[in-house]
Amino acid sequence: MEDNNKKMNRFGSFRPFSLQLNTDAFLKASDDEKAQQDRMRPSTTFFRDGVKRFSKNWVAMTSLVIIVIITLSAIFIPMFWPYTYDNMSGVAQGQVVDSSYNNLAPFEYGATELAKIEAGEKVFPHVFGTDSHGRDYFIRVVYGTRVSLAVGFFASIIVLIIGMFYGAVSGYFGGKVDLIMMRFVDIIYSLPDMLVIILLSVVLKQILPDLIAGTPLETIGSNVISMFIVFGLLYWVSMSRLVRGQILSLREQEFVLAARSIGASGKHIITKHLLPNCVSVIFISTALQIPNAIFTESYLSFLGLGVSAPMPSLGSLASDALSGIYSYSHRLIIPAVVICLIVLSLNLLGDGLRDAFDPKLKN
Amino acid sequence: MSKMFLYVLKRVLLGLLAIFIIITVTFFVMHAVPGGPFLSEKAVTPAVTAALEAKYGLDKPLGEQYLTYLKDIILHFDFGPSLKNRGRDVIDIMTDGFKVSAKLGGTAAICAIFGGLTLGSIAAIFRNKFIDRIIMIITTAFVAMPSFIIGTLFLMFFCVKLGWFPANGDAAGGTILPVITLMLYPMSYITRLTRSSMLDVLGQDYVRTARAKGVGNMGVIFKHALKNACLPVVTYAGPMLAFIVTGSLVVEQIFAVPGIGRRFVSSIINRDYTMIMGTTIFLAVLIIVMTLLCDIIYKLVDPRIDFDK
Repeated sequence: MEDNNKKMNRFGSFRPFSLQLNTDAFLKASDDEKAQQDRMRPSTTFFRDGVKRFSKNWVAMTSLVIIVIITLSAIFIPMFWPYTYDNMSGVAQGQVVDSSYNNLAPFEYGATELAKIEAGEKVFPHVFGTDSHGRDYFIRVVYGTRVSLAVGFFASIIVLIIGMFYGAVSGYFGGKVDLIMMRFVDIIYSLPDMLVIILLSVVLKQILPDLIAGTPLETIGSNVISMFIVFGLLYWVSMSRLVRGQILSLREQEFVLAARSIGASGKHIITKHLLPNCVSVIFISTALQIPNAIFTESYLSFLGLGVSAPMPSLGSLASDALSGIYSYSHRLIIPAVVICLIVLSLNLLGDGLRDAFDPKLKN
Repeated sequence: MSKMFLYVLKRVLLGLLAIFIIITVTFFVMHAVPGGPFLSEKAVTPAVTAALEAKYGLDKPLGEQYLTYLKDIILHFDFGPSLKNRGRDVIDIMTDGFKVSAKLGGTAAICAIFGGLTLGSIAAIFRNKFIDRIIMIITTAFVAMPSFIIGTLFLMFFCVKLGWFPANGDAAGGTILPVITLMLYPMSYITRLTRSSMLDVLGQDYVRTARAKGVGNMGVIFKHALKNACLPVVTYAGPMLAFIVTGSLVVEQIFAVPGIGRRFVSSIINRDYTMIMGTTIFLAVLIIVMTLLCDIIYKLVDPRIDFDK
């Protein structure tokens, strides 16, 4: 701009109403000027920008690493570990052969195993010892972690799907539809969730096994499914409120008007225009939902309403350990530490994601 | 004023509806469970079972039972007799338990609020200093710890290993650990709430004006800032109560406190219908009413609130 002004000055004073063209303005661009158009570095996308911010946050990165390590070990360790979660070492064909396997301290061996070691065989150590039924405790903790993580993850996905579509429909249509749908949400919201969850899991624990007998669902286990149902019924409300709020503000924007004016249907606008624009908000609150679900699952398992024996979960392991608290305190501390580690890292990870991808949400 | 009235009316109606739904759902869900409450008893002939069911009205059609139950609760505040503890009414057992639980929960709530406000203010005043860091790290850790974990670890260290406190919640000094277990999570949460709202308030113009007038640091914080920084804490009071109620279910179990939470859990195990319904309804109504009160108080206290939302 300054250059242009100087060129103007060469013709004398600046005359706004002159028809005389400034021919210099039509000169070909010099190499210098062309160089200004060069992209020095590739432009960042919203996603890459967020990743960059996230990777600078060392607390969140550490949490991510911890979560990845715990998840991978929960998935892969049971594949090669020589013991299984329900294998009672001292029992063969339903008969107690060697009761010295029960209640081993970490890295101790049962009598049969000691004999094998004497004979020169290699025996895999019981890293965390065994429980009162002679089951290897390490693999039970790993398996319990797997159950807790799986319940947390899938429950959050269920909450996400229900909440997202309910909120999107309610926010998009507005008016009376919105009013009725939101009153329904208000009612569920004012129910004390934990009491209802306890009540439902008591009942589902009785009813479900008969309902799902013979279907593929049976392999997952009725307790885990009842947990999903309970979460699906109650926890979607806050997600749907969040999505509705987002949709309400997005809906007034021009690109939605443009889409509607070229004849896009409501379904198309919701799924192609509105929901993709709320992705970061939805993603972050789902991430924050997972520790909540793990919390609730371990709470229920602790009360004896969660997954059923012999399948372990971190909550039921802690509750089983209570009876042996005087002599075998490590059996309580280990699952307790794992739960705290998982919930803490997931919380910090969620906070980090929120700061990186949606700073607006912070307050 | 009318807007506020409409808001209160709406919330009260919603609360009543929620209570009604809780009663209905609890009743029908409980009766959907196969196997009655008398199945677990030893050597009961079918004739005796039938006689027992007739005595407690369990042989009538479900709809009739429901209406009778509803009428008894609303008109006479009568939750019926306990099916397992023969000769005792549910309401008596609940009042006994509630006396214990209310003391426990009330103490925990008060300690959590005062502790949280103090720690939060300290953290805000010494922002990014060493004390602030320590407080934030500790509260972050406690927010991630489920109350049953804290409770069992406390039981292990202080009762079993060190023997400082009795493990029985009934004994003298036995309520100290349950109270601490219950208050840690809400206290940490309130600390974090207070810290962020205090930081927000301390940056506002009226605080600068107060400082410019020459009000000292303590005066600014206690006279000017704290009052406004408390507001978000009021909104948390409802959820905190719900947390303490559900937390007390496990905490009372762990420390063997004879409160209403333990009754609830044991009635579930014993499948004592009337007791489950009574405790669920009682606790649910408690939570709903308290949440309602907190929300209304919050709107009254803060004149900036918009009633349309």
